[in-house]
Amino acid sequence: MLDHLDLTKLVFGRLSWNAIPFHEPILLVTFIAVCLGGVGVVALVTRYRLWGYLWRDWITSIDHKKIGIMYVILGLVMLLRGFADAVMMRAQQAVSFGENVGYLPPHHYDQIFTAHGVIMIFFVAMPLVTGLMNFVVPLQIGARDVAFPFLNNFSFWMTAFGAGLTMASLFVGEFARTGWLAYPPLSGIAFSPDVGVDYYIWSLQIAGVGTLLSGVNLVATIVKMRAPGMTMMKMPVFTWTALCTNVLIVAAFPVLTAVLALLSLDRTVGTNFFTNDLGGNAMMYVNLIWIWGHPEVYILVLPAFGIFSEVVSTFSGKRLFGYASMVYATVVITILSYLVWLHHFFTMGSGASVNSFFGITTMIISIPTGAKIFNWLFTMYRGRIRFEVPMLWTVGFMVTFVIGGMTGVLLAVPPADFVLHNSLFLIAHFHNVIIGGVLFGMLAGITYWFPKAFGYKLDPFWGKCSFWFWQIGFFFAFMPLYVLGLMGVTRRLSHFDDPSLQVWFVIAAFGAFLIALGIASFLVQLVVSFIRREQLRDTTGDPWNGRTLEWSTASPPPSYNFAFTPVVHDNDAWYDMKANKFERPTSGFIPIHMPKNTGAGFIIAGLAAAVGFALIWQMWLPAVLGFAAMMAAIIVHTFNYKRDFHIGADEVVRTENARTQLLAAHV
Amino acid sequence: MPPLKHLSRLLLLAPALLLAGCNTVLLNPSGDIAAQQGKLILVSTWLMLLIIVPVIVLIGLFAWRYRASNRAARYEPDWDHSTQLELIIWAAPLLIIIALGAVTWISTHTLDPYRPLGRIDATRQVTPDVKPLVVEVVALDWKWLFLYPEQGIAVVNDLAAPVDRPIQFKITASSVMNAFYIPELAGMIYAMPGMQTQLHAVINKPGEFEGFSSNYSGAGFSGMRFRFHGLGNADFDKWVQAAKADGKELTRADYLKLEQPSEREPVRRYATVAPGLYDAILNRCVDASKMCMSEMMAIDAGGGLGRQGIEGVKAREAAADGGTPRTYYVAAALCTVADPTGTQPVLRTSKN
Repeated sequence: MLDHLDLTKLVFGRLSWNAIPFHEPILLVTFIAVCLGGVGVVALVTRYRLWGYLWRDWITSIDHKKIGIMYVILGLVMLLRGFADAVMMRAQQAVSFGENVGYLPPHHYDQIFTAHGVIMIFFVAMPLVTGLMNFVVPLQIGARDVAFPFLNNFSFWMTAFGAGLTMASLFVGEFARTGWLAYPPLSGIAFSPDVGVDYYIWSLQIAGVGTLLSGVNLVATIVKMRAPGMTMMKMPVFTWTALCTNVLIVAAFPVLTAVLALLSLDRTVGTNFFTNDLGGNAMMYVNLIWIWGHPEVYILVLPAFGIFSEVVSTFSGKRLFGYASMVYATVVITILSYLVWLHHFFTMGSGASVNSFFGITTMIISIPTGAKIFNWLFTMYRGRIRFEVPMLWTVGFMVTFVIGGMTGVLLAVPPADFVLHNSLFLIAHFHNVIIGGVLFGMLAGITYWFPKAFGYKLDPFWGKCSFWFWQIGFFFAFMPLYVLGLMGVTRRLSHFDDPSLQVWFVIAAFGAFLIALGIASFLVQLVVSFIRREQLRDTTGDPWNGRTLEWSTASPPPSYNFAFTPVVHDNDAWYDMKANKFERPTSGFIPIHMPKNTGAGFIIAGLAAAVGFALIWQMWLPAVLGFAAMMAAIIVHTFNYKRDFHIGADEVVRTENARTQLLAAHV
Repeated sequence: MPPLKHLSRLLLLAPALLLAGCNTVLLNPSGDIAAQQGKLILVSTWLMLLIIVPVIVLIGLFAWRYRASNRAARYEPDWDHSTQLELIIWAAPLLIIIALGAVTWISTHTLDPYRPLGRIDATRQVTPDVKPLVVEVVALDWKWLFLYPEQGIAVVNDLAAPVDRPIQFKITASSVMNAFYIPELAGMIYAMPGMQTQLHAVINKPGEFEGFSSNYSGAGFSGMRFRFHGLGNADFDKWVQAAKADGKELTRADYLKLEQPSEREPVRRYATVAPGLYDAILNRCVDASKMCMSEMMAIDAGGGLGRQGIEGVKAREAAADGGTPRTYYVAAALCTVADPTGTQPVLRTSKN
């Protein structure tokens, strides 16, 4: 037995120089560009001696605000990668007709659409949503941090390292060629023997742990740490949606973890859960993955609904219409989201009664969603609407989203789904709700809370450019896909025979170009706003005339958020405080008990990623050693008793006095 | 009432007219099932537009009327509740969904792909003496195999059916999931290994139509297309004769070769088919050294073989592109009197 031991194999597993894509010019150029960029960043950080600052103030930070900001940065960086994939697909589909096979062979194209889906959902939408919840929820409920601050840091790094593993697949080995949900048997070892699916599995497993723990954390925070007086029915709507989303995360993500674990057992140790032979059943996987997958879309969209609720009420200068029905609608959606998963595979031969049951439950979700739209509408009614950038995103969302909602209900009618399933009509539908709903919501939220996070507003001119490019670009990019879907064109094709389709793909590619301008405008907006930060400075802490507690503190808030825990009497707590001539306390400060930074989260998550990488390549020795190191790091962390400290009363006095002077100077 | 009826029919067709410039086959197909599905798309869309259009109009109206600079508009910062409005807000979508839910329940049952056809088109019923044409469909990597048990022929990447005769498709796959879809004929249904799905449909117009796989299945997916011919009875007989004239037999060995991955296969015709081939494909035992799933399930239903079952497991190697081949396992065929060790497959293939 022992003479079969091959040390090279034990250490390097399947990894060899062949895994580096020297022969793929597109990848090679990207790789070189990324390396040069990376070296540049490292050089700059070293030049300005920022390593210590980065380590102390960001990487090891357990301040929920900084972690929230890091999540959003991760989401935006990954958006660029996911969008690059989208542009490559649009370009391929715009040229690949008849004799012309385009510039991407199926081997590469199929990785791109898989990576695009995985990245956009797991590493763009999820970090943006989690980031905003992390930043905003404690401020909105008058808390000083989340319930488990260390766990929060750890969750972030698990997500970030999961994203890193996905990115690594670009240059070491390859990514899955299975579509973003990796249906077996295609994703099984018999048909995907290479490392692509393993990258998929371990990226999601590692990021999934982070997501699950951050869900636990935020549920505990919202349930246990609300300011006195904030009963459940006085919580801001964004906090309500965050609560429901995190309940969904806690209930849904273990299913994903389990189903991916079963798939990796099939692939690695030869079990037969989802294989064709020996009694495996691939439909089991399809059911399980959608039992996670459908709630996932509500995990993404509910916080966006919450953001729109905050924005529409703030910028209409009016209380949110129908607060109670908004809350009930959110809760109803949360529950119903578990009763609809089968609508993703009506066409797999379920009986008519099963199909109609799931079709009708899906339609029922549109009732609370419709009620929400009406609530926003009647919040605008008899309001005084300021069309600042967040409000533009909100109105843009309302128009775009009802169209996406309509096509969604259409797809819920099983016989209609039989002709539209897997078509470009479906692609248009879910981009319509994910871009028009989730992404517009996140961009509205980023613009809305940016002054709170950084102390200055975002430049409105570039914000408006970004909005219009996105909005118009969206219609150009996806309306042609609705038409193509009605022409019977299916998804994930890398080549077409019928030249009459080409014009629609060219229009869609033009739409992608407009969206690229929208993304560019957003990045320019960040730079311009930074340069003009003195003109855009928010000295009041309340730049939009806000209504909820986060606007009662300074911009950016001190590390302890609130010197005194506020007392809440109304669901628009800060609006109520302003109306009742609230006086900010200026004396009587006491020391504040705060959690202490730690590098443990970063280290454990880094080791988890190393173990993941070793498992992907079946480097058994490094995997075992890495796992042992990770367990050791966890145990060492449990012996760390210096987990908290007090911010001295004198420092609180200094911080609060500075704010008093700032407020007085700008009255 | 007639003029109003005409108007509503015209309205129903409006989106179809708008899209007339391009061939939106889903709204104007050639088979009765697809036609009913297309009509359902229009009916549902109109039902929903009843609520969507007013909402979009109101969004624009309120956004304009209550803009901050319009000081003439009423401003009620504390108005946040109205029981009547809330009732309407919840009731209006509810009513639409009740209507749509009823449409869904009925249409899902009448257009169930497993349900034998009741009608040939809007005006003609299926008479009880008509026997549907049975076609057995197998999705392979990356081509389609169609078996005609009644005619005894088999064809690769080419399908035909007589106009106005109900067709019953029985669908399975050899390796991974695909979906069998001819937009002009009827909605899609998945083709899955080891499982059989069904589709009942009828083509009402003669012609040549596109068929393809509509579920991504790997590298050759884009080229996994075939022609579907709607033919008159005489032409259909000619088409069948053409296959018979080719004179080749589709044996199990041929199938195992055909099953190997290949892209953009030309049309191939087989005059006869090895007996029981489709059942063997469905039960994953064309290679006779493997146990059929039906057999395995019968054994399991009887309590299984216990630990002895492990003896019958044999290793296979999966093709890897580039890397080392990976091993997977299948159940071996049971021994018989003629084959006492159970290791002598009835039919050896070049692969083993």
